[in-house]
Amino acid sequence: MADAALFEFLHMEMVAELWAHHSDPGPGGQKTSLSVLEGMGFRVGQALGERLPQETLAFREELDVLKFLCKDLWVAVFQKQMDSLRTNHQGTYVLQDNSFPLLIRMASGPQYLEEAPKFLAFTCGLLRGTLSTLGIKSLVTASVASLPTCKFQVVIQKT
Amino acid sequence: MAVCVAVIAKENYPLYIRSAPTENELKFHYMVHTSLDVVDEKISAMGKALVDQRELYLGLLYPTEDYKVYGYVTNSKVKFVMVVDSSNTALRDNEIRSMFRKLHNSYTDVMCNPFYNPGDRIQSRAFDSMVTSMMIQVC
Repeated sequence: MADAALFEFLHMEMVAELWAHHSDPGPGGQKTSLSVLEGMGFRVGQALGERLPQETLAFREELDVLKFLCKDLWVAVFQKQMDSLRTNHQGTYVLQDNSFPLLIRMASGPQYLEEAPKFLAFTCGLLRGTLSTLGIKSLVTASVASLPTCKFQVVIQKT
Repeated sequence: MAVCVAVIAKENYPLYIRSAPTENELKFHYMVHTSLDVVDEKISAMGKALVDQRELYLGLLYPTEDYKVYGYVTNSKVKFVMVVDSSNTALRDNEIRSMFRKLHNSYTDVMCNPFYNPGDRIQSRAFDSMVTSMMIQVC
């Protein structure tokens, strides 16, 4: 179980490091750091999207890809499956995790709600990167109502 | 023994293409290009057939008088095309499958390389040496 902790600590340090050297504490600086984190997650997701489905058979449709994200990707990165997947069948999916491992050590309740987005940016990028390798252009945003439950909203961009 | 190996991105441009006899390279490039149509046909046929299992290995795409062309598509829609000498009848399906599996593994390694930007031409020497080993295999 030590492997899970390794990634959690690394992730915590990544976020701390990006915020420590904040020369511009206003919303502009915040946005850059968030997009840096998201970009990192994107590249990792691209590589994972190539390596993880290697043994599985080809995906037949979009929903299969999302199910793969909720089961195999989440298990590989966070050692648990996503708790719920909902869709409106028109290109929007909401993935809900009731005890997100990167948030669970912080609090359980409304405390630290403003800090939570920083810890979700990397994961949003991860989802977007994996989807992009598997051929789906998307926009991923995260929202937290109360720690450690969080929702990832995936909107498929139809070109 | 493979005579030509090509890796095609999902937008259908080549990421890597190499042929063993270095004269007449254009002929192999042309063969790979025409085989892309066959690959697309097979992929769309699979989608409509509603088969329970969708395999990544596409099998023999088309035979010509001198060569046979095999295809394989990954989940990220990257295609591998291999041209094999017809005179080498000792090559069985299993061997072709294992060659494609090795290609897929090496391609995944290239993707995970932090110095590689997805979508660029593959310039990794490790990938090159793996393809070389496949080309001079049985000879």
